Amino acid sequence: MADLTIVQHAEAPREERPARRLSAGALCALPVIGLLALGFAAPLVAILGYSVATPRSFDVFRSFTLENFAALFDPTNTVWLSFLWSCGFALLTVALLAVIAYPIAYGLNRVFGRASAFISVLFVFPLFVSENVRLYGWVLFYIKNGVLDGTLKWLGLNGGPEVLYTPGITLFGMLYTYLPFMLFPMTLGLALVPRDLVDAARDLGAGRLFIWREIELPLAMPGILIGMLLTFVLAIGATAEAKILGGQSIIVISHDIEIAFTYSQNWPAGSALAVLVTFFIGALTLFALSKLDLDRMLGRR
Amino acid sequence: MFPTMTAPTAPARRPILQLVGVRKSFGGFHAVQGIDLDVREGEFLTIVGPSGSGKTTLLRMLAGMDSPSEGNITLHGERINDVPPNKRPTCLVFQSLALFPHKSVGENIAFPLKVKGVDAAARKARALELMAIVRLPETYHDKNVMKCSGGERQRVALARALAYDPEVLFFDEPLSAIDYKLKKTLEKELKDLHRETGKTFIYITHSLEEAMVMSDRIGVMRAGKLVQVGTPEEIYGAPVDRFVCEFVGEVNSIEVTRGADGGWSGVDVSGAFKVQPPQGIAEAGAPDRAFIVIRPEYMRVLGPGESADNRVEGVVYNEYSLGSRIQYQVRVNARDGGEKVMLVELSRARALPAGAEPRVTLGWDATDAFTLRG
Repeated sequence: MADLTIVQHAEAPREERPARRLSAGALCALPVIGLLALGFAAPLVAILGYSVATPRSFDVFRSFTLENFAALFDPTNTVWLSFLWSCGFALLTVALLAVIAYPIAYGLNRVFGRASAFISVLFVFPLFVSENVRLYGWVLFYIKNGVLDGTLKWLGLNGGPEVLYTPGITLFGMLYTYLPFMLFPMTLGLALVPRDLVDAARDLGAGRLFIWREIELPLAMPGILIGMLLTFVLAIGATAEAKILGGQSIIVISHDIEIAFTYSQNWPAGSALAVLVTFFIGALTLFALSKLDLDRMLGRR
Repeated sequence: MFPTMTAPTAPARRPILQLVGVRKSFGGFHAVQGIDLDVREGEFLTIVGPSGSGKTTLLRMLAGMDSPSEGNITLHGERINDVPPNKRPTCLVFQSLALFPHKSVGENIAFPLKVKGVDAAARKARALELMAIVRLPETYHDKNVMKCSGGERQRVALARALAYDPEVLFFDEPLSAIDYKLKKTLEKELKDLHRETGKTFIYITHSLEEAMVMSDRIGVMRAGKLVQVGTPEEIYGAPVDRFVCEFVGEVNSIEVTRGADGGWSGVDVSGAFKVQPPQGIAEAGAPDRAFIVIRPEYMRVLGPGESADNRVEGVVYNEYSLGSRIQYQVRVNARDGGEKVMLVELSRARALPAGAEPRVTLGWDATDAFTLRG
């Protein structure tokens, strides 16, 4: 009897506590929640607000119209062309990078051995320098009388090819910029393929190509797909490559958005476009992630 | 066809796999140091040894994942040193089993058939056949292999190896991570499977118990060398040296020297002993050192009036139940005033009565002990 009363007394206040005070976890999460609300959600809400504001005004949250969206679908508007350029270049970047990064990822896992760590650092190193600075570096390399052209001329040759300010060099810039984002998830994916599975497949009579198709590629797929998704999302929003290297020989969608906010001073139009693009990429990503069943691919389910 | 049923008792057959002076070095480390071995067709051979004895390296060379630094491996008389694993009619069951986690049980088993280009229907039919052989239910065909239990995975790995239809199957301690009871079941199943398929099995383990249950012959490895190859009875009853002897089980050993008169006397336990001449030691010649080895189950507790070739006085101070047998630890007086512990195992029916006088006389006949070189 005495025991029972003690237990009741001890438990009663403990049950009330969560109602009055936040748990330690929630308390710890508060700063992050605040930061996300201010730094991540607030701009999105502002953009959403602007996208339905009166065109060419700053009447955010005070007006409501769908005119901005209607204007985007106006046949005379050329944003769809920019959008196609962005999508096309992003897809091309993903496809080419998959082919370029795979052998490097394979090498980092299986061939380079102890040099792997050093080679990885070489691939990471450019990320420490601002993207714009690196792209201007390429401009200096390819420009007329620049590093390439000048050196070739000095050697008495014809000089370098005139590649700067073309769509091709834009693609080159994107491949260069996004290589690490494809390479490292892919390297991790390949590292997930246990060595003895490859040995076992070989022991069961399989040749190199068969092992690659049946064992290595499917098991590395989670990493490869994550690399592709990451690269695509980054590449579709790319703008510096087209501007700095491509010299606006093609206009990408993020450039259109930037123009609307800066040169045309039409924030509602830019916001509407931003909302549309965000929605498209978000839907695409969610769709891809729903198809990409990591647990099943790793054989956990 | 009778041969499969008569396999275990059949007389020595032609060798299928031969190793001549096989060595393997990694840098300055000599993992395998000169192995000569004839593996007979259809036998169950187990290579047993402590970790680091080179048995896995040996197996990797046999499976083709490493090639020997020196020596020759021949299969049906043809040199296969540098034949890659996918071109050898051999198959290895990995310690990790190495099942393909993204494939179902059926797809795992049918993998070697897919390599050969067998069509889907025939693959499934064969997979189901093999599943029946390794006692996996048919419903498991489409089950994800990672959802299977440890014992089921063993069976999948075995069925997959059989699907390759190899002439020789290698096993790299596949049962090491299995609990005791299941291990006993799987050991017996493997033995049955060996008899049913008539294939040559080469099994690697550090557990002699496993080796004893399953093998036709056992090879004991130590520090990169095969110390002894023989039937389980030979390994147990006539070990070539102390290493094999102690590896096989608990033993009592007494160090002895031969005096000028040809008689043997104890070094660590005082007394004169009647000893069978050790193998390879000349009867005549300079005084020799040797070890008398008596297994605990051959040691007797002498009652009044009983006699034995050799006897030692001691005091029982501990007893352990081994199930059907009881092991006693007996302290005997060592020569330099110290003490030495001897082990005696008696069946429960002959156990010492409770409260009996702890002072006992141990005895054994010379023919129940073996003598090994010092």
